[in-house]
Amino acid sequence: MYKYDSTDQALVEQRVAEFRDQTRRYLAGELPEEDFRPLRLRNGLYIQRFAPMLRIAIPYGLLSSTQLRMLGSIARRYDRSYGHFTTRQNLQLNWPKLAEVPDILADLATVQMHAIQTSGNCVRNVTSDHLAGVAADEIDDPRPYCELLRQWSSFHPEFTYLPRKFKIAVSGAPADRAATEVHDIGLHLVRNAQGELGFEVLVGGGLGRAPMIGQVIRDFLPMTDLLSYTEAVLRVYNRYGRRDNIHKARIKFLVKSLGIAAFREQVEAEWLVSHEFAAKLTTAQIEHARSFFAPHAYEQLQNMDPLAAAGASASAEFKAWYRYNTRAHKVAGYRVVFVSLKPVGVAPGDMTSDQMEAVAKLADELSFGEIRATHNQNLVLADVKQTDLLRIWQELRQWGLATPNIGTLTDMIVCPGLDFCSLANAGTISVAHQLQRHFDDYDYLYDIGEIELKMSGCMNACGHHHVGHIGILGVDKHGEEWYQITIGGSAREASSLGQVIGPSVPQAEVAAIIQRILDVYRELRHEDERFIDTVRRVSATPFKERVYAKDLAAA
Amino acid sequence: MRKILRLPDGPETGSAEIELIALVDLIADPARHTAAGRALGVRVAPADKVEDLGPHLACVAVVAIEFPGPGEGRGYTFARLLRQRYGFLGEVRAIGPAVKQDLLFFMFRCGFDAFDLAPDQNLVEARQALHRFTLAYQPAIPRTAVVEARFTA
Repeated sequence: MYKYDSTDQALVEQRVAEFRDQTRRYLAGELPEEDFRPLRLRNGLYIQRFAPMLRIAIPYGLLSSTQLRMLGSIARRYDRSYGHFTTRQNLQLNWPKLAEVPDILADLATVQMHAIQTSGNCVRNVTSDHLAGVAADEIDDPRPYCELLRQWSSFHPEFTYLPRKFKIAVSGAPADRAATEVHDIGLHLVRNAQGELGFEVLVGGGLGRAPMIGQVIRDFLPMTDLLSYTEAVLRVYNRYGRRDNIHKARIKFLVKSLGIAAFREQVEAEWLVSHEFAAKLTTAQIEHARSFFAPHAYEQLQNMDPLAAAGASASAEFKAWYRYNTRAHKVAGYRVVFVSLKPVGVAPGDMTSDQMEAVAKLADELSFGEIRATHNQNLVLADVKQTDLLRIWQELRQWGLATPNIGTLTDMIVCPGLDFCSLANAGTISVAHQLQRHFDDYDYLYDIGEIELKMSGCMNACGHHHVGHIGILGVDKHGEEWYQITIGGSAREASSLGQVIGPSVPQAEVAAIIQRILDVYRELRHEDERFIDTVRRVSATPFKERVYAKDLAAA
Repeated sequence: MRKILRLPDGPETGSAEIELIALVDLIADPARHTAAGRALGVRVAPADKVEDLGPHLACVAVVAIEFPGPGEGRGYTFARLLRQRYGFLGEVRAIGPAVKQDLLFFMFRCGFDAFDLAPDQNLVEARQALHRFTLAYQPAIPRTAVVEARFTA
């Protein structure tokens, strides 16, 4: 993984010193709240319902064991011994003290981490594929380009006060595991007819109140133009994006109002005259970045069947875990292991300090000392020998991290909701618990198969409900929590936005309603047909009819 | 007393200040303003098109770019365009209530070389704020290229 050089290190240290001074001035009354607010936001610090919330950047989701250990240690020392992994592959601390945040940042800097631009109207943490570098379908590893974008966007002087936040995702594989089509800029690594690597560039995707799918602005962008072209897009946005209405300020509204063709013309015209002044990537810089992500020193192994090898000790539980929580690795003899942060009774994405340290240790012993955070709020140990799977399962199981539910209904994405967030309308975590309890039968979950349930506590859509196969949105009705349900959304392959199936439902009935939706699926599905494919084939109508059938609605 | 921080080591308080005229007034009747042959000071608002100033820059000594609030970011782009696209070598000054020490480094990196500080600001702290970072990732801008950059143009 990327290692800081003296420049990177000096920059985060100088940032810590700056934020320490800003915090001191704020606490001393020298810096008014309205001036401090945008400054602390640029360092990921929100003032939430009960306490500040600090969002720590995990660039493109990649962590070393040393970094994960430090996160565990920080959560123990400055918070309540747990942290929350988010849909942007970051970690949030829910209870830090404002006066101690500079110390937290100083601790982070010792392990090459920071909270730079994890909030505010600037370029946010660049996200990527959690299977980068190990997926067989990959054209090229996206992480070097993420790192170059991270550096280029950090403290970019021109784009520090954009009309609104700006999110970039990079995918290196045809199967989009980074939801690139719902980002302000989505980058797909592609090869042109000459076999050269470059990017297909999408712009104007996003979720929130007005979800939109990104559109192609460039079919093929040469590698060396990555930064200068991104700069041209951002410059057009910075100048012409709306600043009069926060709800119309994302780049998607500018793209929509101009139309993609006119927006493309503006960006290309800007790039033509500005690229000579913009950051240019040299081939040497690209190769240097790539050198940090070279393949690990894998052993020469044969693929084996871990279930057969485990023999009699292969319990049904291990078999289920192997099937659901591991994935193919491109190198023979290795397997990708998911660490489930979705056990029953725990807020999805939450992890204790002890668990973080345990996973760091497992990574050191069994997976080249690296860990990835996924945008589905789980962790991944990407490089585990197949012969070590039984052992790693046993260890993860002890720590409550082996719930065999990856990719199933209870592997849901859930925002923190009313329990923490001052924007939320709804207590999403209690609904998550309701669903976890209702759908606790593994045979049933496995029968339903691959399905993505995503839940947001308000229309800002941090839980990505628009692109859930089933989406749940918390709404406020006269001071009560109600839930609006969508089906048919997806952020993979052909992205689509979910359709609202009807009026919202009271909190107590959410699980029962989801049950009815799944009943319809089980009746109508073809053999081996996923939920999303059934919805796409038969439309939302049969689901609507069942959910809102009179006899049932009266119940 | 206005506090104007200038680079490098220019006068720090405004004396014999050049009068600033709004860009909209300049382009409405350029001849009226340029006839006397005096160097002009022009004030650019966030919604202005800095391109409108391009043809008149030969007569301009100071471009004052407005920062009416802390969230306003268009002025950063204006400064870069003036320095890079137009090769403007005169003074590019940040003005307005949001010109405060915590934004100065970004302004400086975009090509501003004068800062008309908000009333609550302290000149000494403001000058120090320009040295908070000794390094940067992004290419430097002509005239203010004293910070070492990783990426170059």
